[in-house]
Amino acid sequence: MIWNEIILVASMAAVTFLIRWPPLALVSRIALPQPVVDALKFIPPAVLAAIVVPAMLTPNGTLDVHPGNAYLVAGAASGLLAWRTRNLLATILFGMIFFLIWRRLW
Amino acid sequence: MSAESSRRAEFWRGVRATFPLVVGAIPFGIIFGALAVNSGLSAAAAAAMSAFVFAGSSQFIAAGLVGGGAGVLLIVMTTFVVNLRHALYSVTLAPYMKHLPQRWLAPLAFWLTDESFLVVVERYRQPDASPYKHWFFLGSALFMYTNWQLCTWIGVFTGRTLPNPGGWGLDFALIVTFIGMITPGLRSRPVAMSALVAGATALLLAGLPNRLGLIGATLTGVLAGALTERWMAAHRTEPLTPPTAERLPPP
Repeated sequence: MIWNEIILVASMAAVTFLIRWPPLALVSRIALPQPVVDALKFIPPAVLAAIVVPAMLTPNGTLDVHPGNAYLVAGAASGLLAWRTRNLLATILFGMIFFLIWRRLW
Repeated sequence: MSAESSRRAEFWRGVRATFPLVVGAIPFGIIFGALAVNSGLSAAAAAAMSAFVFAGSSQFIAAGLVGGGAGVLLIVMTTFVVNLRHALYSVTLAPYMKHLPQRWLAPLAFWLTDESFLVVVERYRQPDASPYKHWFFLGSALFMYTNWQLCTWIGVFTGRTLPNPGGWGLDFALIVTFIGMITPGLRSRPVAMSALVAGATALLLAGLPNRLGLIGATLTGVLAGALTERWMAAHRTEPLTPPTAERLPPP
């Protein structure tokens, strides 16, 4: 590793840890207002949707609603399976295989 | 059951609950390793990034930026924005972890990822009063961490022989993992509203640099979910959010 890389990795590590640790270290010592605590349960669905929706609809940066968009088709098929079965492992395996096949066939 | 065996049981429960997410992370880790060495990072730097940063999406973007010739400062600033969502995870978990000393909090904070957060928060919300739920967190975190290191190395060693790893489409693994986690929970109206608003806002804000739109979209979605829940409670038309255990498939 050259110096530039050591500085890069050390800075990224420091920045990331300083995002992850302070809330856990400090907020656990104070009480959050109840409306905030009630709202926190929406963080997982909101952050996941904010990652997944653009990744499916704009895989190349522009809106792509077309059967040739494998991210959209395989994503929708996987969502349907997850809704019916609630089986995470099956959804992941099915989704990956479906995606690779769809991309090859289309 | 003795304290020792309860701790061990929680630890392995955390490992088992994280298994599907590890499967989804495998391709992602391999592509990261391959992409990193193809972008001009050394094998040691790629492995060190996985060992010390341990934040997949930011590592991915950093490798891309290195390949594009970006400077250290830009990459570190991008890392900050991309990883800012971890502060939200940390705030969410904090009320459950009040009793833990820093020698637990600091390492668990370092190991906090999207995947571990999602299974750990579900565990904490289960009504049983187990005092060892942080051992569940530890099991989940160590499993994700070990897997991430191994996959990075595989990617680093195979990456040089396989050109254009980003074009394989294996990045879909992460997307389908998240789809599998989010979908069952959408049966709850406030959760569905939260996801819908967050997704739509993310599309609208997609033009912002460095995924800054992710944070804005998340906060908007959280607000929409909270307001929907409050509105429904006031009107009593529907039952409130179902128990959280229903939102994820059983481990």
